[in-house]
Amino acid sequence: MTAQNQDTPKIAVSALHKRFGKNQVLAGIDLEAGRGKSLAIIGGSGSGKSVLLKCILGLIKPDSGSIKIDGRETTGLSGTAREEILAKVGMLFQGAALFDSMTVWENVAFGLMQAHGVSAKPAREKALAAMAKVGLEADLADINPAELSGGMQKRVGLARAIAPEPEILFFDEPTTGLDPIMAGIINELIIERVQELGATAVTITHDMKSARRIADTIAMIYQGRIIWCGPADDIDHCGNPHVEQFIKAKSEGPIALDVLRA
Amino acid sequence: MISRWNFLAVIGRIFIAFLTSTGHLILFTATALRHVVLPPFFLRITFQQIVRIGYFSLPVVGMTAIFTGAVLALQIYIGGSRFNAEGFVGQVVVISMVRELGPVLAALMLAGRVSSAIAAEIGTMRVTEQIDALTTLATNPFKYLVAPRLIAATLTLPMLVLVADIIGVMGGFLASTQRLGLNAGIYMKSTIDVLELEDVTSGLTKAAVFGFLIALMGCYHGYNSKGGAQGVGAATTDAVVSASILILLFNYVLTDFFFS
Repeated sequence: MTAQNQDTPKIAVSALHKRFGKNQVLAGIDLEAGRGKSLAIIGGSGSGKSVLLKCILGLIKPDSGSIKIDGRETTGLSGTAREEILAKVGMLFQGAALFDSMTVWENVAFGLMQAHGVSAKPAREKALAAMAKVGLEADLADINPAELSGGMQKRVGLARAIAPEPEILFFDEPTTGLDPIMAGIINELIIERVQELGATAVTITHDMKSARRIADTIAMIYQGRIIWCGPADDIDHCGNPHVEQFIKAKSEGPIALDVLRA
Repeated sequence: MISRWNFLAVIGRIFIAFLTSTGHLILFTATALRHVVLPPFFLRITFQQIVRIGYFSLPVVGMTAIFTGAVLALQIYIGGSRFNAEGFVGQVVVISMVRELGPVLAALMLAGRVSSAIAAEIGTMRVTEQIDALTTLATNPFKYLVAPRLIAATLTLPMLVLVADIIGVMGGFLASTQRLGLNAGIYMKSTIDVLELEDVTSGLTKAAVFGFLIALMGCYHGYNSKGGAQGVGAATTDAVVSASILILLFNYVLTDFFFS
């Protein structure tokens, strides 16, 4: 790889705007995720972090602004070009979003079989390997995901995201709705798997414990803008009253709670 | 004065909303058709859908057809006897069954059985982010979810209608011979003699169009559902209602087309 390639950020978002009706959800987001680094985007409910993630993935079309992945503009892409970008990406959804019409191993192997054209037998082998990496026994392979607990479903979702060995991993509220022990386990799994793959990770969360544990860099989003971005270790003395209110979970402060969801 | 302008504004809003949703639907249909025609094709899923939509609908369609055929025979006999036309029961049953009632009733039953199931399934996948998950796994949901269902429904409804035609005529035959005491041989001969190829082909063409509409409405409303369980419920209802109305509308349009 050339030096220029090493320098280009894996993901570069600039001046990103998105509004739904009268609701300006993203009002000029500028954000970069470094190659092989882990970025956490924190922010309250309705602050626009899910919309930002969906814009980067191409699930929502932004009104204006630029999103570059590996230096390539992705906002106008569709069809095969979009699928090329998505083939580099893995995503763990908040509710795991497992396909309930398929067994656990078929879920994990889905990306391999559909996007990468792996045939069923080697795909199952790879799926079982990915499951083992997130601590799932092979005897769970043939059951329906609906029979699993929330934490176990998250593990299957993680296995599905890492199975095609993506270059970028997205995590949408990975610890929300889990008990503290399972949340800790999921955090550890995310760190291990991201490091092993050498992938760039982007996590959106409002769980500060998780953000501190997972991230190299933390960015805080508020009212559709990034109001602070810096190394995870600096967040405690960043001097930004919004960030302080958020990380210290204070009810009094400059942040007024939004009522409507973004 | 003000109330009159408000009234006009209401009409305007309704009209704009109508145009917007029509535009959405046309764009959706165009995208769906593109994925129906262009490779890659998901043959295994299409086959699964053919079994689910076609094979498992056989009992419903068969029951509808046999009772409709039988009722038709009795009613036509009553009506026909008023001007000594009892002998035409066989002819009228087969023509109305094959040209009209077979396709329309089978399609309406499938609108209830299949459109709703498709809307509920795809709608649930939408609200649980499974459709987003498909996209992030580099799989186009139109290709993977919509196209197989459209192909399956368009192919299987004509086959179901063919079965319905045969069972419906049998229903008429049974009612005529067992209940009305008509001669079985004469009944069958008059049925076969009067039937023309165009009767069957026009009915089956209608069926293909209806099949497409049934799957399209299920996919469209499911794909665009939002807001959790209630949204999925609304999508299911909308799918059945709009599929049924479109079936009746296109039934007239197609009948008029074959008529000329």
